[in-house]
Amino acid sequence: MTPIHEPLSEEAAARLVQVAALTKSPFVIRGGGTRSLHAAPEGADVLSARGLSGIVAYNPAEMTMTARAGTPLEVVEAALAEKRQMLAFEPPDLRGVLGSSGIPTIGGVFAANASGPRRLTAGAARDSLLGLRFVNGRGEVVKAGGRVMKNVTGLDLVKLLAGSHGALAFITEVTFRLLPVPETAVTILVSGLNDAEAAAAMATAMSMSVEVSGAAHLPESVRGRFAGGALPEGAATALRLEGLSASVEVRAQKLAAAMAGFGPVARLDAEVTARLWREIRDAAPYADGTARPLWRVSVAPTAGQQLVAALRLETGVDAFYDWQGGLVWLRMEAAPETALLRRYIKAVGGGHATLLRARPEVLAAGEAFQPQAEAVAALQGRVKASFDPDGLFVSRMMG
Amino acid sequence: MDQIGFLQPRPAVLSRRREIVTDLLDLLPEGCLVHEPRALVPFETDAFVSYRRLPLAVALPETTQQVAAVLKYCHRYGVPVVPRGAGTSLSGGAIPQEDAVVIGLSKMARILEVDYANRTATVQAGVTNLAISDAVSADGYFYAPDPSSQLACTIGGNIGMNSGGAHCLKYGVTTNNLLGVKLVLIDGTIVELGGKALDAGGLDLLGVVCGGEGQLGIVTEATVRLIAKPEGARPVLFGFDSSEEAGACVADVIGAGIIPVAIEFMDRPAIEICEAFAHAGYPMDVEALLIVEVEGSEAEMDAMLASIIAIARSHGVKVVKESQSALEAALIWKGRKSAFGATGRIADYICMDGTVPLGQLPAVLRGTAEIVEKYGLRVANVFHAGDGNMHPLILFNANDPEDAAKAEAAGNDILKLCVDVGGCLTGEHGVGIEKRDLMRHQYSDTDLAQQMAVRAAFDPQWLLNPSKVFPLEGRPAA
Repeated sequence: MTPIHEPLSEEAAARLVQVAALTKSPFVIRGGGTRSLHAAPEGADVLSARGLSGIVAYNPAEMTMTARAGTPLEVVEAALAEKRQMLAFEPPDLRGVLGSSGIPTIGGVFAANASGPRRLTAGAARDSLLGLRFVNGRGEVVKAGGRVMKNVTGLDLVKLLAGSHGALAFITEVTFRLLPVPETAVTILVSGLNDAEAAAAMATAMSMSVEVSGAAHLPESVRGRFAGGALPEGAATALRLEGLSASVEVRAQKLAAAMAGFGPVARLDAEVTARLWREIRDAAPYADGTARPLWRVSVAPTAGQQLVAALRLETGVDAFYDWQGGLVWLRMEAAPETALLRRYIKAVGGGHATLLRARPEVLAAGEAFQPQAEAVAALQGRVKASFDPDGLFVSRMMG
Repeated sequence: MDQIGFLQPRPAVLSRRREIVTDLLDLLPEGCLVHEPRALVPFETDAFVSYRRLPLAVALPETTQQVAAVLKYCHRYGVPVVPRGAGTSLSGGAIPQEDAVVIGLSKMARILEVDYANRTATVQAGVTNLAISDAVSADGYFYAPDPSSQLACTIGGNIGMNSGGAHCLKYGVTTNNLLGVKLVLIDGTIVELGGKALDAGGLDLLGVVCGGEGQLGIVTEATVRLIAKPEGARPVLFGFDSSEEAGACVADVIGAGIIPVAIEFMDRPAIEICEAFAHAGYPMDVEALLIVEVEGSEAEMDAMLASIIAIARSHGVKVVKESQSALEAALIWKGRKSAFGATGRIADYICMDGTVPLGQLPAVLRGTAEIVEKYGLRVANVFHAGDGNMHPLILFNANDPEDAAKAEAAGNDILKLCVDVGGCLTGEHGVGIEKRDLMRHQYSDTDLAQQMAVRAAFDPQWLLNPSKVFPLEGRPAA
């Protein structure tokens, strides 16, 4: 049984790390344990943020919140909902696809830079993160950033910590910006497009002055597994509009007229829209209770369907697209598939793929995260050492 | 007025000046190295004109490979390097020093690719901010960050300082609109960070390079986000009898869940200065002015403006003036965007850049007035109110050393006040040399040590822009 440390205060966490530094005993940092598949090497204790829980400050008029890292995401979202505010970047709940029973935490969300459909236009988790406190590998408590929207005072360590997957430091507290919940949302749905046609339709939608806040393409192979099978026949290309009702109405008409040139157009109401985009966010069709490898691929928007088309010449592929086609949720029949996928990502102009789910021995082989170019990897190693000189914090992201 | 210190020039570098110039001439094509003392004068300062230093030489490379060659050379011989875009820094970020080679990116000013399907532009670092929007405007796109100096400032400089602008309330600052860079490290290694994908794998090095003030490497190319232009945009002027009422109105607009694309604030001195210069039609009988811009379809703008006007009325707004034409809208913005230039015509000034939580705006405005009065100086306030980014312009006479010292002291007091109410020293201008010695007011020694350790991971010898950002003492090697 791996020992789990759950410090109840930032000071206690700092002391734990100071002691571990003396004996160079490594830790695996964990938030709520939803992604524990990623981080469970032998011989390392777990340093968990779950004991650091609670909202520290919520100022709706300034649209900012400060919360301890282990605060459950649902606690944060419930408090925001009361004031009709939200996290702009729609953090996904991946427990379904990961088959895990952990509780997503706000610190974990930022440590994974976990961002959903609205990331396309509202930025990722890292763009909403204003400040944080953390314990570095020397056992020092450090603050970075602040609680104001604009801040260029010194190096932006906030961005480095966002998405660092526990490789640099133990995050204890986060301060982030909020957005008002839109008055309403609708989805314009175009049916029957193949992947390439959908890419063209989404690019056209994004070129219009209608402020699309989500652009996804659900090929026929997965379409039936969304919205309880209620979407029209054929592949579904979904475009979301949000805002004031009067404005959404005007924009919906304009967008529907433009999309009619691509295929049959339908409109989904606010309720179906909410369900559909939550399922897209969480990659719901792949929450199938299996450990079949599941990839999350990020490439240029127009390259997503090119990548899938290229892979299909080699193997069976099941995929759907978010972020105007730039985020591909992907399952393949190939074995081994990692080298194949990474080769084709390079061929379509670069990007990265993360293996979210696989058998433990595959994850342990270090294939989960995209390898970096040599010079960049060396630089990342030096940056890690500047936070954690003894390499106490073990993370698969750093290989 | 020379209180802010620079690092002592390295004697080993100064004594080799002639050899260094000869070597650099060999590394660069003809016409790409400035080294005659008189020709170096235009590079001795930036828009923080109170301080100036002549550099050893100025390299104006034409390619990334030439930037790499010069950096590799400087790294090998321990020569400090100061990167320079257009030299518009308000914090002294581009001011050189006697033993430094300036690397200016002005010759690398080509737009390399515009990709509408992916909504990106890839440009060389010396391209001006406005040139990007100009290049894509006819096709219905723009590049969102819009610093007041956008006509002159370069995208490379914007990345160095993580520049903002009036419209970043809705669209974010440079870091939120930057997808990738080509970066030359101090040892001449060329790396690519990010690209056209929305996010990159590994650590977010791009996020720390942006705003790194030219201390982590030299950006030679950038891939930025293009955004489809809104259907329409409409600025509206609101005049108030007091700065406090205007400040409270801003906080209530944001608190009500309305996010206009911009909320700009001007107090009476700023209104008078800008109106005299730009004839923008600003009301002259008010103490404070807000320019609120909304955008979208006519229906959306009408709905948002109705809500904003109702809130303004609840704060006793005295004048509401909607722009009736594109010309009027342009005039309203011309007045605001010329604020710094117009102020420079009537007095010398230093411009502060502290950011405060919105709820603190009225208190900080009062505090600013008290501080400036204490020093017997005048202040004009013109700033981005929607995100709490204050720009008090402290007016003084640069020919009077005592006056200049007072202005600097008043500025420092104002910035400390911003930090003390939960804000920060600089929202968009950067630390440079100007705010370097105030960093300890915002950060603990441990906080600063962590930042410096990251900086040293990129540049262990502290050769890149070395006199800037971090206090001169207590700097670690890698």
